[in-house]
This record gives sequence, C-alpha cells and structure tokens, in this order.
Amino acid sequence: MAETDTGAPGRLTRFVAWLDERMPLTETIEYHATKYYAPKNFNFWYYFGVLAMVVLVIQILSGIWLTMSYVPSGDGAFASVEYIMRDVEYGWLIRYLHSTGASAFFLVVYLHMFRALAYGSYRAPRELLWLIGMAIYLVLMAEGFFGYVLTWGNMSFWAAQVIVSLVGAIPFVGPELMEWVRGDYGMSEITLNRFFALHVVALPLALVALVFLHVVALHHVGSNNPDGVDIKKHKDAQGVPLDGIPFHPYYTVHDLMATIGFLIVFCAIVFFAPEMFGYFIEKPNFEEADPLKTPEHIAPVWYYTPFYAMLRAATFPLFGLSAKFWGLVVMAVAIVIPAILPWLDRGKVRSIRYKGLLSRLMLAMLVVSFIVLGYLGTIPPSPTATALAQVFTVLYFAYFLLMPWYSRIDRTRPVPDRIP
Amino acid sequence: MTARARALLCACLTAGLTAGMALPASAATTDWPMQPMEPDLHDKPSLQRGLSLYVNYCLGCHSLKFQRYQRTADDLGIPHELFLENLVFTGQKIGGLMATSMPEEEAKAWFGAKPPDLTMVARLRGVEWLYNYLNTFYLDPTRPFGVNNMVFENVGMPHVMMDLQGVQREVCRGFRPVDLLDGESVIVTEREPHCFLEVDEGSGKFSAEEFDGAVYDIVNFLYYSGEPTRLERERLGVYVLLFLALLFVFAYLLNREYWKDVH
Repeated sequence: MAETDTGAPGRLTRFVAWLDERMPLTETIEYHATKYYAPKNFNFWYYFGVLAMVVLVIQILSGIWLTMSYVPSGDGAFASVEYIMRDVEYGWLIRYLHSTGASAFFLVVYLHMFRALAYGSYRAPRELLWLIGMAIYLVLMAEGFFGYVLTWGNMSFWAAQVIVSLVGAIPFVGPELMEWVRGDYGMSEITLNRFFALHVVALPLALVALVFLHVVALHHVGSNNPDGVDIKKHKDAQGVPLDGIPFHPYYTVHDLMATIGFLIVFCAIVFFAPEMFGYFIEKPNFEEADPLKTPEHIAPVWYYTPFYAMLRAATFPLFGLSAKFWGLVVMAVAIVIPAILPWLDRGKVRSIRYKGLLSRLMLAMLVVSFIVLGYLGTIPPSPTATALAQVFTVLYFAYFLLMPWYSRIDRTRPVPDRIP
Repeated sequence: MTARARALLCACLTAGLTAGMALPASAATTDWPMQPMEPDLHDKPSLQRGLSLYVNYCLGCHSLKFQRYQRTADDLGIPHELFLENLVFTGQKIGGLMATSMPEEEAKAWFGAKPPDLTMVARLRGVEWLYNYLNTFYLDPTRPFGVNNMVFENVGMPHVMMDLQGVQREVCRGFRPVDLLDGESVIVTEREPHCFLEVDEGSGKFSAEEFDGAVYDIVNFLYYSGEPTRLERERLGVYVLLFLALLFVFAYLLNREYWKDVH
C-alpha cells in the first residue's frame, strides 16, 4: 500500500479517527469484541446464544417481507398467506423461513437455557443477566403466540380462543378482562388486528432492546464457562485474563462455523420438511378459521406444550376457585419460576461438572419432565395422560423448589483455580 | 430419504406422537384398512388428467380459490389457449382464481353446508385419506344422497363419479379369521363377518383399474394444488444445501487455522 509506505495514515484510518472523535466506535468494538476476553474452554453448548441472535435476524428480515403482502383482516388474512405462498416471488421461501424460524428460535433458546442451568450461569454476578434473559423468553413466548394467530388457520383461531379464555378464569375481573384483551365478545378481526400490531411492532422492539441489554450485561460481568471458574481472578500484567481469549477473532470464526452448521439443518427443514410432520405447521391450519367448527383436538405448537400439559394437569377446584384458574396459575408459575434460580441455588460450585450426584439427578429429572410434559401436551387428554402430567408437573417444580435443600447438602467436588 | 420412507416416517410420527391431533372434527376415524397412495408430481400426464377430472367433476361445487388458472396451466405444461377453451367454463381470464360457480347461499340450502374449498385439502387430510375416501362410496339407501362412505361416515356429499365407477355396494360373505386374546394365548377364530366393497359388473364407464387410476390422478392433482411450489422448493433446496456445505468446509478450515495457537 503506497500510503502506508509514506508513513501517512491511510484514508480508512483517517475516517475511523474522524468517527472516533465523534462517537466511541473503536472503543465499542474493542470493549465488545477484540478486547472482550472470553474463557477459552467454551464447548458445543455455547453456540446457542449466537444462534438465537441469528434466528432473530432471520425472523426480522423474513417478517418485514411477509408484512409487505400480509393482510390483517378477518376475510383476508388466510387468503393473503396463500397469496404469499403462491403469487409472491419466493413468497413460499419467506414464509417457510419465518414459520421454521419460530420453532428454531424456541429450540435454540431452550438449549441456551439448559446450558445456563447446567453450568450455573445464572449465579452471582450474573443474576441480572439471567433476569434479562427470562424477560426475553417471556416476550418471545408472547411474540410466538401472536404470530401463530396471524395466519388465521382453524387451529390458530381455536388455540387463541383457548389461551385468551384462560384470562376469563381469573376470579371477579376475568370475563371483563377477557373482553378487554380480545376487544370483542369473541375472537374477531379486532383481536387479529391488535395481535398483528403487537407481533410486528411492539414485541419485536421489546425483544431487540432486551437482547441488547442482555449482551451489555453479559460483557460487563463476562461469560461463565463449562467449569464455572472465574477467569478474572488470574490476569497478566496487562490485565488480560490468563484463561481468556479475545472474542474476535477466536469466537467469531467459531460462531461463523456454528452458524453455517445451524443453517444447514435449518435449511434442510425449510426446503424439505417445512411442516415438520405437523409439528411446525399443524394440519388444521390448512383450513381457514371457522368459529363454528372446533378442531377435534386443540393443541398449541410444540414449544408451548410442556406448559399446556401443566395447565391441563390442574383438574380440581381449590378454595372455591375453579380448576381452570389453578391451571392458569400452575402454568404461569411454571413459566416464570426459573427467574428465581439465582436465589434458590445454595451450592458451593457453579458447574454441573463439580456438583454431586444429587444435582445431576435433579437436572436430568427436569429435562425428562420437560420432554414428557411436552409430549403429553400434544395428545388428547385421557385419565392416564392427566395422571402422568400431574406427576411430571410435581417433578418439574421439585427441581426448583427443593433446590435450596439439595444444592446445600449435595457432595461437590473441588473446583480448580484455573481452567484445567 | 426416498419419498416412501419419508411418508412412512411421517405416518409413524403422526400416528405415534400426535394421535388424533391433526384430524378435524368432521372426519370421524374409521377402521377402514387404508390403501397406500404415493403421489408423483413429476407425472405430468397424471396431473393433467387429474385437473381435467377435477374441473369436470369437482369444481362445480368445490372451489380452488387460492390457485390461479395460469399457474396451473404453466406448472402442468398446458398452453393457455387450450386451457381456456377446454377447462375454463366460467368465462374467467387465465389469471383468475379457480372459483366455483355455485352460489354460496344455495349451496348451503342444498347440502346443509357450503362445500369446502379444496385447494389445500391434501395438506389438511393427507393424500392417503383422500384416495381412500374417493374410492369407498357405497350404496346406502338410508342416506339423503343414497350413498355413504367408508372413510367419512355419513358424509353429506353425493357419489359424483358414480357414472365412472358404477354402483358400489358393501357385501358380506362368510367369516374372516380374527385374532382373539383369551388372557394367555392368541386364538384364531372365524367370527367377524367378511365384508368388502364390490362394484356391480358393467354398471360404470370405467373398469376397476381405470377408476382407481382416475382417483389417483385427482388426488395427485390435489397434492399439487396444496403446494404448487413443492418441486421448486426441493430443487432449490439441493443447491442451497450444497452451497452451505461448501461454505462450512471453508469456515471449518478458517476456524482451525485461528485456533491452532490456543492451548
């Protein structure tokens, strides 16, 4: 380069210097990437955070293009989806990216959350990081639900009917509250329109803002790692953690590889099995919403079914309040209870690698419960299914509620001072 | 994975994991032994015959209101003029949606409910269901239209292709062997009446094989109309995956190069 030969700074360097005087560009890049030191022992489980961001971008981009042709009206919604599928150039691709993206989002987020449970990433000083993550999860659930309703297929309609009617089970204010949520006496175009507004404007904004805060909080406290060791305890003369490596380029190339690997699986589904055998796009949703025709069996999409099973597991009234209300309570508590994990865990160590048998068994039990409940939520209710759901609901809660006890008495192994 | 294996996997998963989740209320489950149906979107003559049969026997009541004539003509390789002359009876333009000419109000009066749009019926109910449904209309004088159906009990639809198939009846002759459990072992007894469907000889224009083929073609066409972009999707998917696989190799090598010096 001629310019460097003369010793004068290049054009790009001068432009960056100009920018740096006016905003913290280089400083930000250094803080978040080139001088952000991440533990060197990240494993497979550490891919799912960045993958969640990749899916968020896929959802936002495909969502923008869908919105260009989607019509949020009672008569037009279903037809506009088919219009996108047939008449819009590559509309089918945009739609399948979005519908597959919804399921992919939940899959990577569940795996991301499991990682945090296994390695104790929620523990001090990362409690706020964990709480922001929980907020993201709640917004994501709402976002997914509203989006699911927009296609106005028969299952969308009736699933929305069931979920919104839960609000009606709240004592005293229920019926009025339900009407207020729907904006009508039944599920209607008015409901569809407000769900559309929430799905394409309000919740995506909240989601992006929360993801930003999540990353800011993460980079402030630093990443945990599979050994749960604090890498900031041992630094060199320049203040660089001895077991840390700069996020860029080490983890950017790492994540690039993971992202492409993920896209291979993702695109295999988008191009060869977009319905995923009725799990990502349910069959009754190929029929337009019909308020007079209830599907034989109403079930939410797979990513809500563990909580749906817990909702149905509450079968008896208590203290004069209906079983439906208690189902709602059980479901709501089941969704938010992970938020208090940082204050439930009394163990001496963070990572499952150094925790004892008891903690390992409890985590395994949680995973099994979640999967079994997820399956039970997809099948029609039967006495056996309900009994099983009740057992596994208790086991699900046991992981959280018994944690102060079993995490304290569990025989832990000594944690190494540095990453082994 | 072959189409057959995929269908099998699909059937197992749906049957095993989501029993009953997919079928809408009206489709009561029956114990009719379903005959398999393997659609083939590459078989254009079959799709063309299916379209022709659909327009002549079904479109009068059942719209395909999400599908356009033009797209159908282009996908199935039919020249527009030929298509307009022979298959569009409503005076619509080639770019129009395949609507039915039956007025909704009168349809309700005649059939009790508006005959459903069938653009995506193959995705809603599955090709196997459709294939068996269209094949199992049989004489039943207790029903308003004189026929009943083995797959969709008490269906409110007449047997519109009776002139092609002929008169089909349920006939019972003798008994068939049934496995029974007595608590310890399996005993085979001949108890259940052996019933099957039989067409009156010479009552239809088509032979049994020809009618079977016609039903296959209609269902194959409906499989197409459910997702007309399917072949394009699978074709493009191969290139996308090949590209990503290649990209992955380079990303892997790049990653290995950088991580060489991390210990």
